[in-house]
Amino acid sequence: MSINSKNKVSAAWLTALLCLLSVIFLAPVFIILINSFKSKLYIMGTPFTLPNPDTFVGFQNYVNGVKSSDLILSFGRSVFITVFSVFAIIFLTSMTAWFIVRVNNAFTKIIYYAFVFSMIVPFQMVMFTMTYTVNVLRFNNPVGIIPVYLGFGSGLSVFMMTGFLRSVPMDLEEAAMIDGCTGPQIFFRIVFPIMKPTLITVAILNAMWIWNDYLLPYLILGSTNKTMPVAIQLAMQGAYGSVDWGGFMAMLVLAIIPIVIFYLFGQKYIIKGVMAGAVKG
Amino acid sequence: MNKRLNRYMPLFVLPTLIAFIIFFVIPFIMGIYLSFTKFTTVTNTQWVGFGNYVRAFKTNNDFTHALWFTVRFTIVSVITVNVFAFLLALALTKSLKGTNVFRTIFFMPNLIGGIVLGYIWNLIINGVLHYFGVDITFDARYGFWGLVILMNWQLIGYMMVIYIAGLQNISGDLLEAASIDGASSATKLFKITIPMVMPSITICMFLTLTNSFKLFDQNLALTSGAPGRETAMLALDIYDTFYGRIGWQGVGQAKAVVFFIIVAIIAFIQLRLTRSKEIDN
Repeated sequence: MSINSKNKVSAAWLTALLCLLSVIFLAPVFIILINSFKSKLYIMGTPFTLPNPDTFVGFQNYVNGVKSSDLILSFGRSVFITVFSVFAIIFLTSMTAWFIVRVNNAFTKIIYYAFVFSMIVPFQMVMFTMTYTVNVLRFNNPVGIIPVYLGFGSGLSVFMMTGFLRSVPMDLEEAAMIDGCTGPQIFFRIVFPIMKPTLITVAILNAMWIWNDYLLPYLILGSTNKTMPVAIQLAMQGAYGSVDWGGFMAMLVLAIIPIVIFYLFGQKYIIKGVMAGAVKG
Repeated sequence: MNKRLNRYMPLFVLPTLIAFIIFFVIPFIMGIYLSFTKFTTVTNTQWVGFGNYVRAFKTNNDFTHALWFTVRFTIVSVITVNVFAFLLALALTKSLKGTNVFRTIFFMPNLIGGIVLGYIWNLIINGVLHYFGVDITFDARYGFWGLVILMNWQLIGYMMVIYIAGLQNISGDLLEAASIDGASSATKLFKITIPMVMPSITICMFLTLTNSFKLFDQNLALTSGAPGRETAMLALDIYDTFYGRIGWQGVGQAKAVVFFIIVAIIAFIQLRLTRSKEIDN
């Protein structure tokens, strides 16, 4: 056997192994999907059987799941909070980051290190006192949570954006200043467009965090204004053993679908963004 | 540039800074203060010095047990996730067909939120254990390995992507030169590949370390500490101390401060290690 054909054989084995692993990686999501079409009596205990004429219930679980927990409202609320928080974070922290990089004084140094410091503080450290502050200020509603996310998201966002801006030369901005542009004009006409790659990265990282976040919205919004993760957790926790497993499977599928769609369309950016966040954070 | 920009400080910095101060800085300082007091609400406090810290460790062994459980879980997760991720990355940099498809599939679980992940694996693990007439709350070992499996499923693809980037930076010439000199595959792996991807290894080690150490959502959804409090990790134990028993908020806050200090030490070591690596290179 020549070296070349030997390589081909081992490549074939490797590909077969990777295919097997792919099936294993996809199986959990697939199992949830098939169970969402089964009668609720055939899910717990026998999750690995495919639906058959006796157990298949079509979209009944989806109807039940959506009805029983105002899932459409929770879904809409999650979209609203995620979209507006991400926009607020992108606009406001990019301005702050630029100011920190271009104005070099004691004040900007202190706030920069405060932002960096906040990245290592675990949420449990501030959850009780933060919830108290939010309640006192009456920010405990789906609009008020947006500045809360701005406060918590600013650490990583400012850190990543300042990292990017330090590598941007000042020439263009100085020329604009000589031409008489004001600070805001320079930022929005010149700097903001240049920051596009890092803005996309920061937006993706924050969107994934906020969409999936459970504890913060649970503490602030509770069961009156459920987001998707809160609705899922409460459907299980609040049922005390008498869970409608069919409706619950449907809820899980509905929580995963937007992420999968988002991923399939923006895969390249998402993997790049998550990696940039990892390397810098 | 400094002076011309400085007067725009309120526009550029204040919105972010105010949100940051109200929802992070003030709660953080309040949190440290409250850890030395006995309180039920933030306004009704009584100074107790280090009493809460003593109670956190002495009254029952929940906290030390959670700490020990978290440490064991973290060690096992860090090793398994990184070994599997590295092997997958090696396989996917061998210029096989379909590499991109495999990468997409393996990365996907990373985007699913902790609560949803927890319930997906709750169903699957209980489905398997059902054949043996038990469920995941039967024995703490089931919960432990369930969490390890979940963590692997979630993080392998993420770490793999970072390793792939590291592996692609190694020049082919180096490996070819070694082959010509008669180096075996094992020698090449241990003498060239692994030393060359050391920066990626450091990043991945710390990412899995902090992610495992701070785990909350997955823990809550998979076992929520059952049986008893045996599978409760640190974050969950802190949460339960805060909201589970009236009059224990001070102890919860003290536990949170200890938790923060441990996480800060890990982050500090990471910073030192990555810094010294940069100097070496």
